[in-house]
Amino acid sequence: MITFMNNSDSEEEPCNERTSLMSAESPPVPSYQDGLQASEAGEAQAHRKRRAGSSRGPNNVTGGETSGLGVPVRESALENEEEELTLKYGAKHVIMLFVPVTLCMIVVVATIKSVRFYTEKNGQLIYTPFSEDTPSVGQRLLNSVLNTIVMISVIIVMTVFLVLLYKYRCYKFIHGWLILSSLMLLFLFTYIYLGEVLKTYNVAMDYPTLFIVIWNFGAVGMICIHWKGPLQLQQAYLIMISALMALVFIKYLPEWSAWVILGAISIYDLMAVLCPKGPLRMLVETAQERNEPIFPALIYSSAMMWTVGMAKPDTAARGPSQQTWDAAEDGRQHLRSPSHAESQMSETRSPAPTRPITSLEELEEEERGVKLGLGDFIFYSVLVGKAAATASGDWNTTLACFVAILIGLCLTLLLLAVFKKALPALPISITFGLIFYFSTDNLVRPFMDTLASHQLYI
Amino acid sequence: AFFWLVSLLLSSLIWFIAVKASDPQDERLQKGLLIFGVMFSVLLQEAFRFLYYKLLRKAIEGLVALSEDGCSPISIQQMAYVAGVGFGLMSGAFSMINLLADALGPGTVGIHGDSQLYFLTSAFMTMVLIFLHTFWGILFFHGCEHRRWWEIAAVVIMHLTVSGLSFCNPLYMGSLVPSYLLMAAAAAWAYLLSGGSAQNLRRFLLCKC
Repeated sequence: MITFMNNSDSEEEPCNERTSLMSAESPPVPSYQDGLQASEAGEAQAHRKRRAGSSRGPNNVTGGETSGLGVPVRESALENEEEELTLKYGAKHVIMLFVPVTLCMIVVVATIKSVRFYTEKNGQLIYTPFSEDTPSVGQRLLNSVLNTIVMISVIIVMTVFLVLLYKYRCYKFIHGWLILSSLMLLFLFTYIYLGEVLKTYNVAMDYPTLFIVIWNFGAVGMICIHWKGPLQLQQAYLIMISALMALVFIKYLPEWSAWVILGAISIYDLMAVLCPKGPLRMLVETAQERNEPIFPALIYSSAMMWTVGMAKPDTAARGPSQQTWDAAEDGRQHLRSPSHAESQMSETRSPAPTRPITSLEELEEEERGVKLGLGDFIFYSVLVGKAAATASGDWNTTLACFVAILIGLCLTLLLLAVFKKALPALPISITFGLIFYFSTDNLVRPFMDTLASHQLYI
Repeated sequence: AFFWLVSLLLSSLIWFIAVKASDPQDERLQKGLLIFGVMFSVLLQEAFRFLYYKLLRKAIEGLVALSEDGCSPISIQQMAYVAGVGFGLMSGAFSMINLLADALGPGTVGIHGDSQLYFLTSAFMTMVLIFLHTFWGILFFHGCEHRRWWEIAAVVIMHLTVSGLSFCNPLYMGSLVPSYLLMAAAAAWAYLLSGGSAQNLRRFLLCKC
């Protein structure tokens, strides 16, 4: 491990790798749209198989015989419904993503405003080696640009490393790396955070209680994120670790470097996801080819199938139904192993042979969630947190950045519904956020202050 | 909300440029510039409301084209209401939130001879503005839908009036009371436009079905 300038930085390395992984995981909805496409393909295949199934006679357990009659009618109606579903659930997905992003930002802003620790300057990370305490403006600008270059190159190297590991199937290494970094986040950073919050509110807590609390928090978090857990608990943990990571960034990145880094990282995100040779695009495509989910610790998912305590699948019914569902399952990237999902679907299919199509759609509707990379959460929160920390217009600027980021997210999801492939979530939101931050801080603030002092209303 | 924010941004840009280009010592000029800034901001807000209406119109056409039974799942009146609420919330938030943050500080309101009712009147004024924005949203969209330009003009004039009345502060009688009266009028008008009537109101209040 390389030495750092500050003792709490020694854990930065894996966490920054993690962050780079997470920012690398910005393609927000690899599975939503791919799931949509694949489910359409899967539906088409399912239809073909059902037709074939109905011609095979009543031995088909999937109820193909009942659906065979309705198949031609369903084909055309299905396309219309797919589009309508896209729109309806598009709006629903926007809301499903607004809530966690808002929660994360609220946590970060609340902490920044109350706990003084995160706004004190206590040294810098090794990733931003140039100091900003320089006498001249030009020197400061130069240092921040150099810091950005160093940071972005670290992120690029880490991302490429991850993609190479994934390509050459070194899964154990990747999992070990992820587990190590989430361990650091869940235990060490939570300990520091809790310590600072307790200091701010002058609440005393003895070490045994602290140990028990942090141990429970961390252990449940590890289980939820890397293995199985209730969806909402997993989402809550992901939000919390994003907030912790964002707080670390806000504390340790120097002022101007932070803004330049935010700008540079959205450009990097754009290129990494959209260019054909971009590392993130290769990651997503490789994961799709192999029909595997992207790592659970790096993506926030708003809905998924969840199979704790599932009984052994009914193997008799599985035969033909498995074929039908295999095609539909392939494109959908669940965070749990696909076989469990299949088993659940076949379980629910066999008791309901009379309504195969509606249950198919219901299941699909339940499963279609939106996935957003944790790096996006982190950088959105960094932007809003920095606005809260450093803007002299205080809440107006924070609010303006918040609205700008949410609108950017809306637009990105809209583009996603149009283009139907993995898109970078950072550029639009961060651009809006930056524009609004600088303009609100410099232009709107004097205006509003003058209005407020004369008590005028517009 | 976003659209209101953008309009605020542009209007403060204009004001800022005007202020920087002028003499900071001249009080009357500064006051005049402020008035100009406020009026311009009001006009810009209404312009952005109109732009937002255009955008929502396009969205509704898209939804209608895509839906199965030819009518969109959300009506233009609902959109008008939501747009109004968005505008109102944003304007209210921007007006109030720094005040609220300062209210957590030491209790020195009016210590230099200003009015002691500052917080209270600000709260009431903000509330009336939020309500007004909501009603103006409904009126404005209704006017655009049915091409009644006088309704749109009425909204703009009302907005200018309310902002202008706020220049009477700290003479609070002059600004708060007329604003509330205007709000009551706008509320009644919007209610009637949305299909309500005295009978509906009576039935609602008496909890009949």
